[in-house]
Amino acid sequence: MKELNKGVGRRNVLLGMAGLGGSAALAACTGNSKGDGNAKKTTAAVSNGNSGTGKTVTVGFSAPAADHGWIAAIQRNAESAAKQFSDVKLQSVQPTNDIAAQIAAVETLINKKVDVIVMLPNDGKQLTTVARKAMDGGIQVINLDRVFDSPLAYRTWIGGDNYGMGVSAGNYIGEQLKQKGVSNPVIAEIAGIDSLPLTQQRSQGFKDSLSKYGFKVGPRQAAQFTVQSGQSVTANLLQSAPHIDAIWNHDDDQGIGVLAAIKQANRKEFFMVGGAGSANAMREIKSGKSVLKATVLYPPTMASSAVALARLIGQKKGLSDLTQPEVPASITLYSATVTESNVDQYLSLGFES
Amino acid sequence: MTDQVDVPPVGEQARVEAAAVATTQRSRSWDLLARAGEVRNLGLVGVLAILGIVGAITADTFWTRSNILTILQQGSVIGVLSVGMTFVIIGGGIDLSVGKVMALASVWSTTVATQSYGATVMVICAVLVGMAAGLINGVLIAYGRMAPFIVTLAMLAAARGLAERISNKQSQLVTVESINELATTKPLGVPLLVWIFAAVALVGWIVLNRTTYGRRTFAIGGNSEAARLAGINVRRHTVTLYIVSGLCVGIAAIMITSLTTTGSSTHGDLYELDAIAAVIIGGTSLSGGRGTIVGTVLGVVIFTTISNLFVLNNLQTETQDIVKGVIIVLAVLLQRRGKEGAV
Repeated sequence: MKELNKGVGRRNVLLGMAGLGGSAALAACTGNSKGDGNAKKTTAAVSNGNSGTGKTVTVGFSAPAADHGWIAAIQRNAESAAKQFSDVKLQSVQPTNDIAAQIAAVETLINKKVDVIVMLPNDGKQLTTVARKAMDGGIQVINLDRVFDSPLAYRTWIGGDNYGMGVSAGNYIGEQLKQKGVSNPVIAEIAGIDSLPLTQQRSQGFKDSLSKYGFKVGPRQAAQFTVQSGQSVTANLLQSAPHIDAIWNHDDDQGIGVLAAIKQANRKEFFMVGGAGSANAMREIKSGKSVLKATVLYPPTMASSAVALARLIGQKKGLSDLTQPEVPASITLYSATVTESNVDQYLSLGFES
Repeated sequence: MTDQVDVPPVGEQARVEAAAVATTQRSRSWDLLARAGEVRNLGLVGVLAILGIVGAITADTFWTRSNILTILQQGSVIGVLSVGMTFVIIGGGIDLSVGKVMALASVWSTTVATQSYGATVMVICAVLVGMAAGLINGVLIAYGRMAPFIVTLAMLAAARGLAERISNKQSQLVTVESINELATTKPLGVPLLVWIFAAVALVGWIVLNRTTYGRRTFAIGGNSEAARLAGINVRRHTVTLYIVSGLCVGIAAIMITSLTTTGSSTHGDLYELDAIAAVIIGGTSLSGGRGTIVGTVLGVVIFTTISNLFVLNNLQTETQDIVKGVIIVLAVLLQRRGKEGAV
C-alpha cells in the first residue's frame, strides 16, 4: 500500500471510494454478484445499462510472459473477456519478460493507434515513460496491478490488494483460533520472495490483523514462489515447531510444495490458509479433507475487468451503478476469503498453477 | 583435461616421457593421497559435529529423529546429483546442466500423456531424458572437442527452454499416486528417498573404488594423455561419465517430482552449483583425478544441515547463503594446502 500510494494524491481520495464501491461497481458493470470476472458469466452482464453494443473499441494488451500460473491466467482472462464483447477488438502483443521488449511492444501499439492500452508492466517504474507517451498521444492506458510511477501515465489503475490479503488471512486465522479458544497459538507464515514490496505488504497486513486478536507470527520463512522452494522450506519449518496451530502460505503456486511437505511429515494438527486463489487450492478446500481450509484471493480475473473497463473508457461510459458518468481512476480489488462454504462460487475463477 | 589430447605432436617423445613419469609419481603417491582424503573427511566430520553442537544448543528440536530424517530426505535429491557430479569432476570435466536437465526430466515424465502410462513409464522416461542429455553433453565434449563448461552451460539453457515449452511454465501435478508415495513411504522407519540416496552413493563408491571403470576415471582426470597412452579410450570413457551423471539426474528427477508432487521447469534452480559445492568441499579436485564419494556425501549433509539450522532458528535464508559461501572458500583453501602437502 505504501508503495502504491507514493506521491499519488488523487488516488488516495479515490482509493477509499474504490475500496467501498470497487467490487460492487465492477460487479455491476459485468452484471454478476461476487466472484465476477469469469469470462463465461460476462455475457450475462450484457443486459444492463452499459452492455448494449456500442462503438468498437480496439484494446491493446501487453503483459509479462507467463512464468507461473497467475500470469498465465492474466493473459487468458484478458483474451476470453475480449471475446465476450462484440464491440471489443483485442490486439495482444507478444508477452515478454524483457523490459526493453515490452517498451517496444507498447510503442507498436501506440503506432497502431489502438483506442485503449491495458498493460501489466514487468516493472512499473521502467514502463512509466512509454505509458506516459501513450497517454500524451491520446491513448488511454489502463494500468494493471503493478503501478506506474506517475498518475499521468494512466487513466485508471486496477489491481489487487497485497496488504488486504494479509489482513484477510489474519482475520480468518484470528477468528478460527478465537472460536476454538486457543490461547498463545503458534502461527507460522510461509512468505514469497522476501525482497519484493508485495511480500512485505502481505506480511505487514497479516501481522497487523493478527495483533487485533492479540496474536503474533511465530516461525516465518520465505520461499521463492516455486513448488520446490515451498516444499523444502516447509519440511524444515515443520521440524522447528512440534506443534503448530495455523499456517498462512502467501502463494498457492508454492502451496503445492507446502502441502506436499505437510503430507510427507504426516502433520495435521493445524489448519492452513493459502493465497492468490489457484484452482488446485480451491479443489483442496472443497474436498474438506485437506489441512488447507481457506485461501485469500489476489484474483487474476482483474485482467477480465481491465478489458471491460477499457471498453467502457473507449466508449466514454461510466460504471452504471455509480453516480459518476465516467470510470474511476483507481480500483483496488477486495481480497475475499474462500472457504469450504463459499468455494463453489469461486471455483470457476481459480487459475491453474 | 581432455583437450590435452589435441596438442600437435611437437616434442611427442619428451611429452610421453613426462606423462609417464607423472603417472608413476601419481600412482606412488596414491596411498598418500588416499590418506590425505581420509584426513579431509575427518575434517568434514568435524564440521558436521560442530553443526550438531550448534544445533543442540540453539534448537531443541534439532536432535530429534524426525528432524535428522528430514535433513537426510531434503539432502537426498542434491545428494544423488552430487554422486554423478563426482564422477564427472574426477574425470576432469564439469556438468552445469544437472539442475535444469532434472527439471526437464521431471516435466517430461509428468506430462498428461506420460502419466497415462503409469509410474514405470514415468521413471523410465525421466531416466532416458537424463541419460540422453548426458550423451549429448558427452559426445559434444569428447568428440566435438568443446569445453565441458560451455557445452553443459548450453545444455542448461536449452533444457530450461524445452522444459518451459513443454510445461507451458505451469506446474504439472502428479496424479499417479505411487509416484507421490515414494516421498511418504518409510521402509524401516527411514524415508525411501534416503534409501535411494544411500543406494546410489554405495553403488557410486563401489564403481569408483573397486572397478576398472573407476580407476580409469581417476586416470583420465589425473592425466588424460597418459591414460590415452595406457590404452584407455579416453573419448568413449568421457562420454560414459556424462551418461552416468545423466542417469543420476534422471533418478533425482523422479525424487524431486515425488517430493513436490509436481513436474515443473522451476525445479532444480541452481542445483548445479549446490552439487558442485558439495563435491568440492567433499575434497574432490576441480581439476580432476582426485575425489571421494564419502566426501561428497558429507558435503551434501553439511549443506542441508546448515539450511535446516537456519529454519529451525527462524533466521532468514539470505544469511544462509553467506555462510555456505564462506564454507566453500574455507574448504577449497584447506584442499589446496592438503594438495601442496601431499604432492
